[in-house]
Amino acid sequence: MKLNRFWVGIVVVFLAGLAFTKIADNEFYFYAIYAVLQLMVMGIAWNILGGFTGYVNFGAGGFFAAGAYTTVFLHKALDGPPLLVAVVVAPIVCGLIGLGIGYLTLRLRGVYFAIATLAVAIILETLVINWEYVGGAGGYYFLIPEEIPFFDSYVEWLFTVILVITLFAIVVSRYLNSSRIGQGLAAIRDDELAAECMGVPTLKLKLISTTVMGALMGMAGAPFPYFITFVEPVSTFSLLIAVNAIAVPMIGGTMTWVGPVVGAIVLGSIQEIVTVSISSELNMLIVGVVLVGFITLAPQGITGVYRDFRDKRRRRNE
Amino acid sequence: MSEEILSVKDLTKRFGGFTALDAVNVSLSGRERLGLIGPNGSGKTTLINCISGALVNEQGSVIFRGQEVTGLKASKRARLGIIRSFQIPRPFRSMSIIENLLIPMEYAASERKEHGQLRDQAMEFLELVGLNDRADENSSNLTQIDLRRLELARALSAKPSLLLSDESMAGLSSSEVDEILDILLALNERGVAVIMIEHIMRAVMKFSERIVVLDAGKKIADGSPDEIVNNPDVERAYLGE
Amino acid sequence: MFELFVNAVVAGVLLGGFYAAVALGLSIVFGRLDIVNIAHPAFVIIGSYVAFIMNERYMFDPILSGLIFLPVFFLLGVGMYRFYYVCFERTGQESLSGLAYFFGIMFIIEVLLILYYGVDYRNVQAPYIGETLFLGFLGLPYRMLVPFITATILTGLVYLYLSKTFLGRAILAVSQDRLALQLMGADPVKVKQWAFGIGIATAAVAGALLIIIQPIEPSVGRLYIGRVFAIVILGGMGSISGTFFAALIIGIAESLVATFIGPSWAPAVAFGLLLVTLAVRPQGLFGRAG
Repeated sequence: MKLNRFWVGIVVVFLAGLAFTKIADNEFYFYAIYAVLQLMVMGIAWNILGGFTGYVNFGAGGFFAAGAYTTVFLHKALDGPPLLVAVVVAPIVCGLIGLGIGYLTLRLRGVYFAIATLAVAIILETLVINWEYVGGAGGYYFLIPEEIPFFDSYVEWLFTVILVITLFAIVVSRYLNSSRIGQGLAAIRDDELAAECMGVPTLKLKLISTTVMGALMGMAGAPFPYFITFVEPVSTFSLLIAVNAIAVPMIGGTMTWVGPVVGAIVLGSIQEIVTVSISSELNMLIVGVVLVGFITLAPQGITGVYRDFRDKRRRRNE
Repeated sequence: MSEEILSVKDLTKRFGGFTALDAVNVSLSGRERLGLIGPNGSGKTTLINCISGALVNEQGSVIFRGQEVTGLKASKRARLGIIRSFQIPRPFRSMSIIENLLIPMEYAASERKEHGQLRDQAMEFLELVGLNDRADENSSNLTQIDLRRLELARALSAKPSLLLSDESMAGLSSSEVDEILDILLALNERGVAVIMIEHIMRAVMKFSERIVVLDAGKKIADGSPDEIVNNPDVERAYLGE
Repeated sequence: MFELFVNAVVAGVLLGGFYAAVALGLSIVFGRLDIVNIAHPAFVIIGSYVAFIMNERYMFDPILSGLIFLPVFFLLGVGMYRFYYVCFERTGQESLSGLAYFFGIMFIIEVLLILYYGVDYRNVQAPYIGETLFLGFLGLPYRMLVPFITATILTGLVYLYLSKTFLGRAILAVSQDRLALQLMGADPVKVKQWAFGIGIATAAVAGALLIIIQPIEPSVGRLYIGRVFAIVILGGMGSISGTFFAALIIGIAESLVATFIGPSWAPAVAFGLLLVTLAVRPQGLFGRAG
């Protein structure tokens, strides 16, 4: 039964991740895989609103940074609470932001929503730059604890956290994909007016979609300050994060939860290699070109191309 | 059943300075077959839009089965049983033919669920329109007549009490028109009231028990097909002064 | 205090006029053709860099460079539209992919500029930059006044073109009724091509004006995204006069905020006004009804 296979897979991956922290001795692996998993969560989140529902979000950087700065705020206000507190609070904050943007603009065409997401990202960035409490433009330093139970180093703990977040995102995405809600979202994406006239409560579903997307992106951002140890607005609200969030599902495929997983592995690996071996600017150029390339040539992404290939082969054999 | 299912009272709809519908009154009893005709631009589709909820009227009210639905969202009205089909078919292109039907079954008809698998029930509707052997085909590459069939099947699977059919026969051949007509009549047999917008006169005459004529946003006639055919105002509206 | 206020308002007017020049192209492309070219400010920045190079190497006046390169930008616009049409409009996939496409283009332009010119600020030299015209207590810096005048002339020319010439009126018509346009003998695709070309051509001049007003570096374009969309939407989607007045409003609002609250808050003003407009009156202040 497919359902059981999925859950078995989830548990296996989690256990493998834990085992990996014990076996691997080079910390670089954890940093590299963390980056890929972070991409994966952002891509999965973006795809819930973008691929499943058909509404483009340009402000992924804003949600991500809101999650990160929620962590910063909690760290300062509660004098260094455990990471998991932030991981629970950040999605609530960011989910509300998503709900707010949605409520303001989802009654209008998708274009206006897309522009509004960009607007919110810049407004949040401006707010943070002017907010000395979380470091303002100068930034905020994070001191990570020396000792952490069960793990050899803090980054192994971060790796485990982001792994669990990723698996959680996959579960949520898969549930939305295959449930009644997912059917409604697909109907909205295909033809919103027809969906509304067929009884789909489009505004309600769009708001759910936006809120879930915001919450997941906030979750992805929550551990980031611990990972990067120095948080400042420009790099945290970076446009590269927004572009990556779109590129991952565009490359991997937008129709199901599998697409962003594939896309994150592909794009993440490319980025790691290019950044390390050539330069980070060239990396940005490659991401941009790959994104535009896939949009124009293969909008269904890798999984879409694979599905077409498989269908054609099946038809030929009939 | 002769209780009133729909009552449109003094409905007025404006677009900026342009009055598309001016104090229109229409009523319909359950199971009635109403034809809605009028020259181009007379407001027929606008009226359908206001009844189904795709547009909101400025004045007047729409009462469905005794309940005021003016101001309710289209999805809410669909769940109550008001379903419309579109002039230009709007299938859910990423889905197969049968998946298209599952949407209204899951949503519009959610309170009218029957026992048994949804897929089996959907197949019944597909049989009614003759698409059952292509149930799993993708819906994006169908011919015009098949798209119309799908559009109607989808409307059926929403289990409506009132179907608003907007020019579902435009551009079809004579035999195809008869096919669609048969489907609509079968639907009516099952207890669904139908308002049909159509320009194909023989279809309107054959189908309708009563005809309402609109011209420039106003209702100018309301009666049996024979009365309408012999009405000088109607003739003038179509042929001009 | 009063003098400060008046100076801020006047500075806002000058700034707003310039903003109108930046938003002009988008007013045509988004307001009339319904193409969400979110990369428009990136093209403006290209115009700024062109003016910079011409100024540094050949001592050309920036506005002159802008005018010289008008036809080049026009052709660039035509090319971009053709590509967009072939990939997206023809297949009917505008919504999701088209938006993401222009977003990707904007990103690529910014990265290419960073690769070639780095992140240092660039500016131009011209005899009028640095001088100020004083009218009583009003200070009108020439580096703001000259762009304002140029922008106003440009807006006026575009307005006249769209309302008086056949091709201009065809552009206004193409968004409303393709079929009627075809029956009149104009090919909608060619008309849209022409319109997109004009839109990008204005970016050449707007870019030159930008680098006169402020030093530029590749990411400056992003701050303008909110401004131009706010202006186009507030101004009523395609109305040239509406765009101009909305630009003035945004300019004045930003100037007042920068003067009385703080300059680091200025970027949020336009975006904030944009959100408010979308929430409250999406057809803008001067919008077409319906």
